[in-house]
Amino acid sequence: MSKDESLLTNMGFFDTEEELPRRTFIHIGLGVIGAGYAAAIGYPIYQYLATPAERAMQESTETQTTLEGAEQLPPSSAMMFKFGSKPAMLIHHANGNWVAFGAVCTHLGCTVKYETDQNRIFCACHGGTYDPYTGVNIAGPPPKPLTQYKVEVKDGTIVISRT
Amino acid sequence: MGPSSYPEPNTSSLHSTLYHWIDERLGLTEIIAFASHKTVPEHRYSFWYYWGGLSLFFFFVQVFSGVLLLVYYRPGTEAYESVRQITYDIRFGWLIRSAHSWSANLMVFAIFVHMFSVFFMKAYRKPREFGWWSGLGLLSLTMVFGFSGYLLPMDDLAYFATKVGLEIPAAIPGVGRIITDIVRGGPEVSQVTIQRFFTLHVVVLPLFYIPLLAFHLWLVQKHGNALPPSEEAKPEHLRRTIPFFPDFFSKDLGMWLIALNLLSILAALFPWQLGPQADPLAPAPAGIHPEWYFMSQFQILKVFGRWFPGATGETLGIVLFTGGLLFWSLVPLFDLSQKNGRLARLFTVLGLGVMIALIVITIWGYLEI
Repeated sequence: MSKDESLLTNMGFFDTEEELPRRTFIHIGLGVIGAGYAAAIGYPIYQYLATPAERAMQESTETQTTLEGAEQLPPSSAMMFKFGSKPAMLIHHANGNWVAFGAVCTHLGCTVKYETDQNRIFCACHGGTYDPYTGVNIAGPPPKPLTQYKVEVKDGTIVISRT
Repeated sequence: MGPSSYPEPNTSSLHSTLYHWIDERLGLTEIIAFASHKTVPEHRYSFWYYWGGLSLFFFFVQVFSGVLLLVYYRPGTEAYESVRQITYDIRFGWLIRSAHSWSANLMVFAIFVHMFSVFFMKAYRKPREFGWWSGLGLLSLTMVFGFSGYLLPMDDLAYFATKVGLEIPAAIPGVGRIITDIVRGGPEVSQVTIQRFFTLHVVVLPLFYIPLLAFHLWLVQKHGNALPPSEEAKPEHLRRTIPFFPDFFSKDLGMWLIALNLLSILAALFPWQLGPQADPLAPAPAGIHPEWYFMSQFQILKVFGRWFPGATGETLGIVLFTGGLLFWSLVPLFDLSQKNGRLARLFTVLGLGVMIALIVITIWGYLEI
């Protein structure tokens, strides 16, 4: 019995007759080291691949955005803009009202469209329809209304913010 | 303790049923039988047997890091900006890029060590001539990989190194200019050149490289590791071998681990930087030169141009490289004798001469920058 084995045996770690522990120890050790290497390589690769997603997550914590010169938008028309990383729409209604909604369909995420002639917001993917004044889902598969935004018109610019 | 034997499949479990199912269809038992009987000669030169595997390891690193770089790299007009983002913006982008650049250099180095150790062990002799030729093909493709990849960041170093490097093929008498114009996509290195080099680097070269590599590796399995002349001279009962599994395999993996550690240290502590964007109107930076594995050719062309002014010098240089490469590839047809006679020793001296000459000329090239 080697010196190390006798010390460990006296400390009660191993049964003196068993020859397996050394091999098992090495296998476990290799496993731990291997896991260490896998983590040391996997972590940077994950961070590398996830950078744009993480940046977008940070962007989506935006609470407001300013649209310069958006007051020029004629009545009964809409313009698309980005709120954080997501598409959104600003509608200037015929009656002078300004409304803004997120343009992400609440069904499966397609970008919706404002249709002046049909007086609705429509999703081409599966026929979801929303009320253009309130953003409420009125027909088709969408389960919820579009995200509402607050609109403030201030001399020449329009400020959109979360409600 | 003697070498351990490869474990036999357990005959009483779901594991063995699954094994049996696959074996009936794919012939696993044959493969395991071959693998379990594979041996590697053990002698004082066995250390050199690792270098082919090390070259393969660095190639795997290149593929892996290359694919990751492909996620963000944009060839063409946005090349420089995309590499700037990778190096300074994207998290750990600098590390992935540094790993790719360092591993490229280490791969070329490992291949040269592999080639010279094969030469000095005379492992190109019958029946291994195709191994030698496919190996030289792989070396050439690797250098084209290196050259094409170097341009892709399109910083001033990449731009001028490519511009200067393309003078080597342009010096080929007759067709040189035409070939270079096609490779470059015009009379000057430009965005067009980036797209061509990118296509080469990511699609065309891998398409040729991978089958050639598979052929090269298959040959090694078929013929086994060659014995150097000193071992062949010994009577069979005095030669030692070790089993490939698990003995040589675990030593091989150990070497790969050392290579991985070395690469990680180099990539992390000496990260590759990005110079200013290439400006074709700017003068070539002082001391411009290609990467170290092209330095010997670069220096020879420079020196010949000095000694034999005009086109003569360049042509002579090209003739020297082509002749040299041709001779080098035909060595297996000259150094035939299985015994270690005078001819064999002549070739060993020749090989030493070539190796020393390449090293000396490379250093000379650096001294003259």
